[in-house]
Amino acid sequence: MTEPWRSLVVIVGVLAIALLVIMAQVWLERRIIARWQDRRGPNRVGPFGLLQLIADVIKLFTKEDWTPPFADRPVFVLAPAVVMTAGMMSFAVIPFAPTIGIVDLNIGLLFFLAMSSMGVYSVVLGGWASNSKYSLLGGMRAAAQMLSYEVFMGLSLAGVVALAGSFSLRDIVEAQRHGWFIVPQALGFVVFLIAGIAETHRLPFDLPEAESELVAGYHTEYSSMKFGMFFVGEYVGIALVSAMITTLFLGGWLGPWLPPLAWFGIKTFFFMCFFYLMRGSLPRPRYDQLMAYGWKLMLPLAMLNLLVTGAFLAAR
Amino acid sequence: MTIAFYLASAVAIAATIMVITRRNVVHALLYLILSLLAVALMFFALGAPFIAALEVMVYAGAIMVLFVFVIMMLNLGPAGVAQERAWLPPRMFVGPAILAAILLADLLVLLAGNPASAGQPQVVAPKAVSLALYGPYLLAVELASLLLLAGLVGAYHLGRREPKKEND
Repeated sequence: MTEPWRSLVVIVGVLAIALLVIMAQVWLERRIIARWQDRRGPNRVGPFGLLQLIADVIKLFTKEDWTPPFADRPVFVLAPAVVMTAGMMSFAVIPFAPTIGIVDLNIGLLFFLAMSSMGVYSVVLGGWASNSKYSLLGGMRAAAQMLSYEVFMGLSLAGVVALAGSFSLRDIVEAQRHGWFIVPQALGFVVFLIAGIAETHRLPFDLPEAESELVAGYHTEYSSMKFGMFFVGEYVGIALVSAMITTLFLGGWLGPWLPPLAWFGIKTFFFMCFFYLMRGSLPRPRYDQLMAYGWKLMLPLAMLNLLVTGAFLAAR
Repeated sequence: MTIAFYLASAVAIAATIMVITRRNVVHALLYLILSLLAVALMFFALGAPFIAALEVMVYAGAIMVLFVFVIMMLNLGPAGVAQERAWLPPRMFVGPAILAAILLADLLVLLAGNPASAGQPQVVAPKAVSLALYGPYLLAVELASLLLLAGLVGAYHLGRREPKKEND
């Protein structure tokens, strides 16, 4: 196969598989949480309820796509597209296996951070364009939360970059051949994990949509597939953060016996399940607690991690 | 890469024109974000991926979110659009347009007199940027960090809690 054809196949393949995994997560999450809570979960449609997903998609597509008359129409339509675009773009830099991956940028890690900061706009603009008080409150919470947690999301990765000596995700994986970064960067790992949950605004950090106080937060006014985009965008975030944790701290595709792609899949799957477990087990903090926790605990921890890593590298 | 560069430049110029002509502040901000993204792409096409990433992260990702956040808090609504319309009649653009045209002519004359100034671009990797920053430009980095520290102290001072008065 010639070079351009090969990259086209890889791009389409990665997009298709990523989308499939993301959609399957909706079913997987419901089943797994049901197990943990001693329920059965969706099990009526098809074997193990697998077709539930397709039923849900058909339902979403055929619902009335309503734009409220008081909304800012162009921005209202744009907002859900941003989260999907930014999320799917990030998959371009993830190295799935030694030879599988769309592009190996020498700024791969920065590209991921840049795209995740673009994702903020989706929630913020969605909340603003809806022109309703609950949406606006949700959007403002999202802006403050994601902006704060982005700061030490980047800082927590500085240690990894210092150890690997590169922003390229492929180089970072290769640098973990003699030991995963989760051991020397345990603190950075914890900070990144928590920042990742906040960045995808998943439970317990789902204050932008906190249904017990804000109806549904920023997507209160959304319906049909526009709501579907926000909904799926959240699962894109989960898959993305899990894949990033795997790449940055758990040696990516590295591992004995099994093929590289399998190792990458297993590790990513583990963290996706961890996301579900968080949702199933933790209560939502109060908003000021969330912000104080971020700035007064996570930021100093990320700084400390960077300082210690730097001192260690300088001494070596 | 050349086509990508010119496409991005065209988008940047178009978006910037939209920024200054929009009445709705949030729409103007959206175009400004688009313009910054286009500039980032231009940097990338010129062979400066690190600056491109920083442009998106810092300007489009952090500073503009703060702008949007503040404007959302103010929640201007239709009144703001009306005010903007009253303040910005088309004749307001005449003065700045003439001044900008002079600058453009100046630039064109300079470029025409010295065509060799557009040298062959080369890719600058992140490591080269860091080496330059912490080598010959160390003083500038330290000065910038001092400036940021001053901003931090100022923000802390403004945001501090007022001590409770005795006879209130």
